[in-house]
Amino acid sequence: MKAKELNDQYLHSGHGCCPGCAMPIVLRTVFHALGEQTIAVITAGCFGTISGTFPVSPIKLAAYNTPFPSAGAAGSGVRAALDIKGDTKTTVVTIAGDGGTFDIGIQALSAAAERNDDYIYICYDNEAYMNTGIQRSSATPWGAWTTTTPPANLKNQPKKDIVQIMVAHRVPYVATASIAYPEDLMRKMKRAKETRGFKFIYAFSPCPVGWRFSAELTIRLARLAVQTKIFPLYEVENGERYTLNVEPEGIPAGEYLKPQGRFAFLKEGDLERIQENVDREWKRLMNRMENQMLG
Amino acid sequence: MKKLLTGNSAVSYGVMLSRAEVISAYPITPQTTIVEELSEICSDGRLKAKFIKVESEHSALACVAAASAAGARVFTATSSHGLAYMHEMLHWTSGTRLPVVMVNANRAIGSPWNIWCDHSDSLSQRDTGWIQLYCQSAQEALDTVIQGYRIAEEVLLPVMILEDGFFLSHTSDTVEVPEQKDVDAFLPPYRPRYKLDPGDPHTFNIMADPSLFISFKHVAQSAMDEAKKVIARVDREFKVRFGRSYGYMGKIHLADADVVLLTMGTAASTAIEVVKAFRKQGKKVGLCRLRMFRPFPSRELCKILEGARKVAVLDRDNSLGAGGIVAQELKAALFNSPRKPQVFEFIAGLGGKDITPETIQEILEYTIRNPNPNGVPIWIGVQT
Repeated sequence: MKAKELNDQYLHSGHGCCPGCAMPIVLRTVFHALGEQTIAVITAGCFGTISGTFPVSPIKLAAYNTPFPSAGAAGSGVRAALDIKGDTKTTVVTIAGDGGTFDIGIQALSAAAERNDDYIYICYDNEAYMNTGIQRSSATPWGAWTTTTPPANLKNQPKKDIVQIMVAHRVPYVATASIAYPEDLMRKMKRAKETRGFKFIYAFSPCPVGWRFSAELTIRLARLAVQTKIFPLYEVENGERYTLNVEPEGIPAGEYLKPQGRFAFLKEGDLERIQENVDREWKRLMNRMENQMLG
Repeated sequence: MKKLLTGNSAVSYGVMLSRAEVISAYPITPQTTIVEELSEICSDGRLKAKFIKVESEHSALACVAAASAAGARVFTATSSHGLAYMHEMLHWTSGTRLPVVMVNANRAIGSPWNIWCDHSDSLSQRDTGWIQLYCQSAQEALDTVIQGYRIAEEVLLPVMILEDGFFLSHTSDTVEVPEQKDVDAFLPPYRPRYKLDPGDPHTFNIMADPSLFISFKHVAQSAMDEAKKVIARVDREFKVRFGRSYGYMGKIHLADADVVLLTMGTAASTAIEVVKAFRKQGKKVGLCRLRMFRPFPSRELCKILEGARKVAVLDRDNSLGAGGIVAQELKAALFNSPRKPQVFEFIAGLGGKDITPETIQEILEYTIRNPNPNGVPIWIGVQT
């Protein structure tokens, strides 16, 4: 598959994304994998904002915008309407950013997952409230600058582990995904489409404007996040069967952090602290995978 | 068939007979028994519907709004804090022009905590673009649910049906439950003009810039204007088939009334008896029970109050700093009327305090006795 083939199929040019934004690349791949028999539910956030101004829309799928906290509930509503009409062919996909998923939307998301409603929830994570101009979210990593975590008061909490939260719901399918590995993302979307029940796809979405890096580096940073073990590519079935999809090279975290201006205010020793944290998280993930093998 | 039903049970029958397809709701006193009974009705197959048990009222309305956009006939119900929690979605639902029908069992909003009836929950949502119909009896609640779908699906605006918490929601009364075949003939299946359709893809609710946003709101206003006519027509057609009708308002002894009491909900049932007693004493009083609050029937109210010297407005609500909401709306409606009565304002029955015959009597006697209102609402039953 060539990236060009994805262009203008279901997400046309003319959307309002910033140059170098990863999110439309994520969604083109997602929509391509799901096909036209799909209804998209979109919540407030970058995608809700860039997806056209009346009367034109860049989305060539049936799509419904819903307010910020309600992505999880609206997806369930569309699915229920289709089911009662006997339409089992149409795929429902709900799309939200990290704000709509980790923070304001987590209540409705958790409820839909607990009910195991039959649709795909995609979170594109750009690690802050980018649509309103780079404010910290609970997805912002430790040590990052945002407009609400200024240099004198950088984000001082680790990123919330949304994947483990969703895994704890024991839904049929949870997977992380990256635009640097489009075949892997495509495969995961097809898997999600074929799986009944609640599916959570967590897509890493580098943001040149908010992370302060040069727009041509988007894919490279997405790949570095995987190869530094900062964003592992893995999937979890039914809350217990873990599969690692890409074995990272284990490049030092600094290679990923350096090109990003949001990490320019780190002090001496911070880099080591971040590396230690990456190693610790990786070990925890490996332990989970090993434990399942023992079990 | 006649049945002994509470208001909440009558609502559940109305939803079942209307063949709602997707229901989502979150329990809250005093609405809860609607959620319970509809769960039973859906579980035992009397109604073929998806019932989604959500984690909050915000999600309940978000869920049924999305289901409505996907082409289903939908229902939700709530009260008080639940309605307040839906606030964002109330605007969104009317803005998307979705024919959602909701029942709100009226209950005060805290703080302090209170689970009993007043109208401040729904009246504080008056600007969210929903049609609001206030019921007086369990029969009216059932009938209004059925009417509500006809109205909503014709004008593409959501309908909020109000029933007084406990006084109506939990009080049993004899209700004529219509036959399914008659309801089917009156209310055909929902055929959406616009819906989420993969075969004809459109994006719902995208950005409308400043050059267009006002036009969306103007079109919705026209739909609300149209709703007034549709509500009257649906009510007439309902009468032809079922023999009952309700109008924009209930009128008792209005034709020659010198003093008119205006109120909403179950307080009117008490007021009827008091008005009859006053009439026996030769006092020319009348009662107007407002059923349709949105759209507000300004012209009709001005007309029926043309001959009256005084109107006493009994508000079961209060807007701090402005007074009773029904009184405010009435005064605005009367402002340009050439023949307008004096408006006496009363606040009573907040947080479930009983509005007794004595309360109504006190209000009417005060209004008769005093030549002019003193400019501020009179509160009944305040402990000092």
